[in-house]
Amino acid sequence: MPNTKSPTIKPSQIELDRRAFRHSRKQRSTLVALISTIAFAVIGYFSLTNAPGWDRVQQSFFNYDTAVAALPHVLDGLLLNLRVLFFSAIGVLVFGLALALLRTLRSPIFTPIRLFVRGYVDLFRGLPLIIVLYLVGFGIPGLRLEFLGRIPAEVLGTVALVLTYSAYVAEVFRAGIEAVHPSQRLAARSLGLTYSQTMRLVVLPQALRKVAPPLMNDFVSLQKDVGLISVLGAVDAVRGAQIEVAHFANFTPYVVAGLLFVLLAIPTVRLADYVTNRLAKREQAGALL
Amino acid sequence: MAISRKAIWRTIAATAAVLVATSLSACSSGSIAGDTITEGKLTIGTGNPAYSPWVLNDAPEAGEGFEAAVAYAVAEKLGFKAADVVWVRTTFDEAIAPGAKNFDFNLQQYSITDERKANVDFSSAYYETAQVVVTTETSAAAGATSIADLQGYLIGAATGTTSFDAIGSVIAPSQDAFAFNSNDDAKAALTNGQVDAIVLDLPTALYASCCELTGGKIIGQLPTALKGDQFGLVLDKGSKLTAAVTKAVDDLRADGTLAKLEEKWLTADAGVPVLN
Amino acid sequence: MILNVKGLEKSFDDKAVLKGIDLELYRGQIVALIGSSGSGKSTLLRAINLLEEISDGQIFLNDEDITDPRVDQDQIRRQIGLVFQAYNLFAHLSIEENITLALRHVKGMKAAEAKAKALALLDRIGLADKGDSYPDKLSGGQQQRTAIMRAVALEPTLLLLDEVTSALDPELVGEVLELIRDLKAGGTSILMATHELSFARDVADWVVFLDGGVIIEEGPAKEFFSNPQQPRTIEFLQRLRRRAGDQ
Repeated sequence: MPNTKSPTIKPSQIELDRRAFRHSRKQRSTLVALISTIAFAVIGYFSLTNAPGWDRVQQSFFNYDTAVAALPHVLDGLLLNLRVLFFSAIGVLVFGLALALLRTLRSPIFTPIRLFVRGYVDLFRGLPLIIVLYLVGFGIPGLRLEFLGRIPAEVLGTVALVLTYSAYVAEVFRAGIEAVHPSQRLAARSLGLTYSQTMRLVVLPQALRKVAPPLMNDFVSLQKDVGLISVLGAVDAVRGAQIEVAHFANFTPYVVAGLLFVLLAIPTVRLADYVTNRLAKREQAGALL
Repeated sequence: MAISRKAIWRTIAATAAVLVATSLSACSSGSIAGDTITEGKLTIGTGNPAYSPWVLNDAPEAGEGFEAAVAYAVAEKLGFKAADVVWVRTTFDEAIAPGAKNFDFNLQQYSITDERKANVDFSSAYYETAQVVVTTETSAAAGATSIADLQGYLIGAATGTTSFDAIGSVIAPSQDAFAFNSNDDAKAALTNGQVDAIVLDLPTALYASCCELTGGKIIGQLPTALKGDQFGLVLDKGSKLTAAVTKAVDDLRADGTLAKLEEKWLTADAGVPVLN
Repeated sequence: MILNVKGLEKSFDDKAVLKGIDLELYRGQIVALIGSSGSGKSTLLRAINLLEEISDGQIFLNDEDITDPRVDQDQIRRQIGLVFQAYNLFAHLSIEENITLALRHVKGMKAAEAKAKALALLDRIGLADKGDSYPDKLSGGQQQRTAIMRAVALEPTLLLLDEVTSALDPELVGEVLELIRDLKAGGTSILMATHELSFARDVADWVVFLDGGVIIEEGPAKEFFSNPQQPRTIEFLQRLRRRAGDQ
C-alpha cells in the first residue's frame, strides 16, 4: 500500500527527530563552508596586497584610467568578434552536420565519400587553428584569383574557423546520431519513411538533444578562438587591447578584454547548464542523484 | 665498471673550483663586467628572426647589418671582445614590457617613446628615421601621391609599432588600419592584395621595396611634426649599465662611427619624397 | 493471395538462417508463425518487409515481385506494417505524434486530419486521453498497443507482428491479444510470430512451424495443435506446453 503523505496528519516522533538531525547537519555544513570561504578570501586578499610588487602589478594590470581610455577601442573590436562568431557558428553547425550525415551513409557506393570525410576530419582536428588561419588568410589571397576580388579578412577568418571547428562538431554530431538506438531507425523505415525523412524526423531530433551539452562547449570554445582572426590584420577585441597595451605600455587593456570575453561566455555557459539539466531530468531518471 | 659515488663528488668539486677560478679571472676584463647578467659576457638581445638591413641572414653573430654592427661597436666601447658577446632572441613586445630581462641591452628598431620609458631604460639614439608608405605596382594605391590620396585605402603595419601609430595619427584613413603580428605578415598581405599599402621605417621600407617585394614601390615619407623616430638601445628599468651604454653610443656618434656604419649598411634615403 | 513467398533464402555471412521458405497468405487470414528463438521467424518477417536483403528466392505482394531491385522499397514498406517485440515507439514524440508522423509524412495527410484519425485510433485502444503522454510514461501493454495502432493507421495491405506479446507482463498480454482479435474481425491480413499457442489455436487460420530455418510442418490451426505429425513439432509443442503449465 503506497505511503501517501497527508499534510493534516502529524508525523511520528521518529520522523521529527530524523528531520531535526538532517536540518542541524545541513546548518553546520553551510556554516563551515561560509567560514572557510571568508577565511580563504581574507587570507588571499592580505597576502596579495602585502606582496612587495603589489603596487607595481596593480598599476600594470588594474589601472582604472587606462581601462577607461582603452574600453572604447576594445569594444569596437568586440563587434568584429561578435559578427564573426555569429556567422562562423552557423557555418560550423551546417557544415558539421553535413559532414556527420555523409559519414553515416551505409551503402558501399558511398565509400569514397565516407573516406573523404574521415580524412577531412582527421586533418582539421590535427591542424592547429593558427596554421589554418595563415593558410587560408594568406594562402587564398595569394592565389590571386581575380574573380574573387579582395576577400575581407573577416570572411577569410570565418572560413578558417568553419573549416576547423566543423571537424570537431561533425564528430559530436556523428556520436549523437549513432547513439540513437538503431531500433528507432528500423521502426521509421518499416513504416515506409524514406532515409531522409527518417533522418529528419526521427534520428536528428533525438541526436541533437543528446549532443546539446558538448555542442555548447564547442560554442564557448569558438567564442574564444574567434580572437585569433586578428592575425589576418582586422582589429578585433584582443588586438584592439594589444594596441592599447602597446600605446600605454600597460597591461590593463588585456584585463578589460578578458572581462568582456567572460561576460560574453557566461550566458552561454548558463544556457548550456540549463539545457543539460533539463535533458537529464526529462530523459534519464537517475541522472540527478 | 661502475663509477663510485665518491668519484662523482670529487669530479663535481674539481669542476666547481675551476669555474670559480675562471670567473674570478674574468673580473679583470672590463669595468662593468660585474654588472652584466652573466659575468664577463655581454648579452645582447634582438628579434626572432632579425630582419635585413638591420641584421643580415638572421645571423647577428657575424656582425653584418646595421644593428649587428652597432651592437659590436658598443660592445667594444664597453670593453668587451667580440668573443664575449652572447646573443639572445626576444619578441618585439617582450623587451619593452615591464619585468626582468634576459639581456643587457636589446636592439630591434625600438623608437624611444615616453610611454615605453615607464617600463624600460633607453640609451641615447643611435639612429633616426622616418615612417614610409610602401605599396606594390599592382595595388590600388600605386598612384597615390599625397596623404589625402591615401585616406581612401586600407593600410596596415606591424602591431604595437610607431609605424602603426603613424597610420592613425598622420594619415587617418577612413577604413580602420590593419594590425599584423609582424612586418613579414604585413608584407605578405600587401603582396596578396589584402591591404593596399603598409607603413615601415625608412631602411626597412627601402630594403623591402627594392629587394623583397615584387614590384615594390615607395609612395613617400610621412611628414613628422617634431623629430623623426629615434631608435635607442633598450635596457631593463633602472639598469646599472644604462649610463655606460648611453656614453658608448654618444662616443660612437661623436667619433663618426655611427655615420660610417649608416653609410655602409643602410641605403641612402635621398629621393624618397615627403608626402603632404 | 496477398502474400506469396517462394524459396526464400537468407544467410548472414556464412550462416544460413532461412533455407528455402514457401509461404502463402490470403486476404483476411491470420497465419501464426511459431518456433523457438533463432529459428528465423524475425528474419523472415523483416525480409518480407524488405528490411533485410534476401540471398535468394522471391516475395510477391499482391502478385507484384517486391524483391525486384528496381522496385521502390519505401513504397512497398508503406503497404506492409511491421510491429516489433520492443514496440520501438519514437521516444521524442508523444504517442499521438507517433501516429500522426506516419500519417502526415507517409500518407501526406494534413495535420488536422491526421490528428483526428490518430485520436480515433487511440480511442479504440482506450488511450485517447493519454495522447500527449510520452512513451516512457506508459506501461508496456499501452506502448505495444500504440505501436500496433501506429502500423494500422497506414491501412497496410498486410500486417506483420513479431512476437508482440513476448516482452510484456502476463497481465498485459491479454489486452494486446484482444486488439489483434479485433483487427482480424475488421478484415486485416496478419502474419504473426508468436509464443502464445492457445491464442494461435483460437484465432489463427493457419499455423506454420519454423525450425532451423526450414518449415517443418504447417496446417489449419485446429488440426495443427490437436494432431501434429512431425516429431520435431511434437517435441516443440510439448516443451512449450510444459513450460506454460508450470506458470
